[in-house]
Amino acid sequence: MLDFDELWSPIRLTLELAAISTVALLFVGTPIAWWLARSKARWKEAVATVVALPLVLPPTVMGFYLLIALGPNGPGGWLAGLFGGRSLAFTFESLVIGSVFYSMPFVVQPIRNAFEAFGDRPLEVAATLRASPWDAFWSVAVPLARPGFLTGAVLGFAHTVGEFGVVLMIGGNIPGETKVLSVAIYDYVETLQWTQAHILAGGMLVFSFAVILSMMLIEKRIGRPGL
Amino acid sequence: MPRLVRGIHARSWIAAAAVVALVLASAAARAGEAKIAVAANFTDAVKEIGTLFEKSTGHKAVFSFGSTGQLYTQISQGAPFEVFLAADQARPKKAVDEGFAVGDTLFTYATGKIVLISKDKDRVKGEATLKDGNFTKIAIANPATAPYGAAAVAAMKSLGVYDKISAKIVQGNNISQTYQFVETGNAEIGFVALSQVINKKMGSRWIVPANLYPAIAQDAVLLKTGADNEAARAFVAFLKGKEARAVKEKYGYGAID
Repeated sequence: MLDFDELWSPIRLTLELAAISTVALLFVGTPIAWWLARSKARWKEAVATVVALPLVLPPTVMGFYLLIALGPNGPGGWLAGLFGGRSLAFTFESLVIGSVFYSMPFVVQPIRNAFEAFGDRPLEVAATLRASPWDAFWSVAVPLARPGFLTGAVLGFAHTVGEFGVVLMIGGNIPGETKVLSVAIYDYVETLQWTQAHILAGGMLVFSFAVILSMMLIEKRIGRPGL
Repeated sequence: MPRLVRGIHARSWIAAAAVVALVLASAAARAGEAKIAVAANFTDAVKEIGTLFEKSTGHKAVFSFGSTGQLYTQISQGAPFEVFLAADQARPKKAVDEGFAVGDTLFTYATGKIVLISKDKDRVKGEATLKDGNFTKIAIANPATAPYGAAAVAAMKSLGVYDKISAKIVQGNNISQTYQFVETGNAEIGFVALSQVINKKMGSRWIVPANLYPAIAQDAVLLKTGADNEAARAFVAFLKGKEARAVKEKYGYGAID
């Protein structure tokens, strides 16, 4: 007999995680993308490389470092101590932190590309019209880079939904708290509950197809590739 | 760009040929080798047994570790393991029933015990530690796939504390990850296998009385993939022998006879 609450819980949790992580990614990623696009610093590509590392690192490397960093002897433990806890691992918050690191390149890269695509000219024009840099950023740069933001947000969201290795290492498989979709599917497969695995895995397949297809359609319509 | 692709393409044939040669060479070297799937609780013990096995027979034993449930799923999907050392009796029996294993080779190679541990010296003081509930996280192995996790749940239920502390449970993917959660301090306490900590001096521990959970009888079985492999059969025989028994005792596994 299928337990729909049991199936729904990881779906809801995953959507929450992806939504919160995407917002956090846009907050953290936008200034980084802006700096990477505008700065003349010679070492900026080194920073860009650090941001891009999760593209090639095995999730186990990130999971390992996060586990130590979030634990009682790391900065995460210190932070948790401020709120009366002792470790940030095995919490929903730890998954958000992990996702922000893990999905960062998927958000920063498209936004950076979009910022670079329109060049210096629009901002110079804004400056001659006496717009402050802050004003120019919001009323010129952000609207011009909208396709980049859209691509970054969609990719960041989708990539967080698809996260597995890091979550397996720092999540602790707690229903309703850290047992996200990918882990739930893994559990169902490992316990031979293949009906449930099929439902969730099939759903992920359709979801991923829809995300990538809509990305392509958006890019075609806007006529400016975000990546 | 196209030129680069063509360059890679031409070179990839050479690379592919090299890989094939390597695979063939290693297949030849694999004669006298047994691939063995081992439940994670038996990791340390089986490594020692493997060393003795190699010394005594000249065969080589290659181990893959995981939870019993994971390993069983892999076996049912054609994993090339030749011997299966589970942490329960249900999966090896199922392997026989479903035609993956050789029925008359089924035997109990060990009985395990669970222990409640902590890195902190004074934290674990018997069942009172569970009843007081003075901790934020307790680690157990995933009870659906790891028999030691199921035993931990049974013990907590016998003590009548399960409902009270179930919200604090974090699950390791197998008993090794569970131990790691406690060892890194991310969970203050956790239920692990006695074999994992018996030869380590750390923190505090409480060996859970055997009457609180059903005995963890661990069965081994020869898989059909290994039926014609002399090394695999030799390993099963060796696992029953005196040398292996001494190692099992050293790691705190109960008497089998």
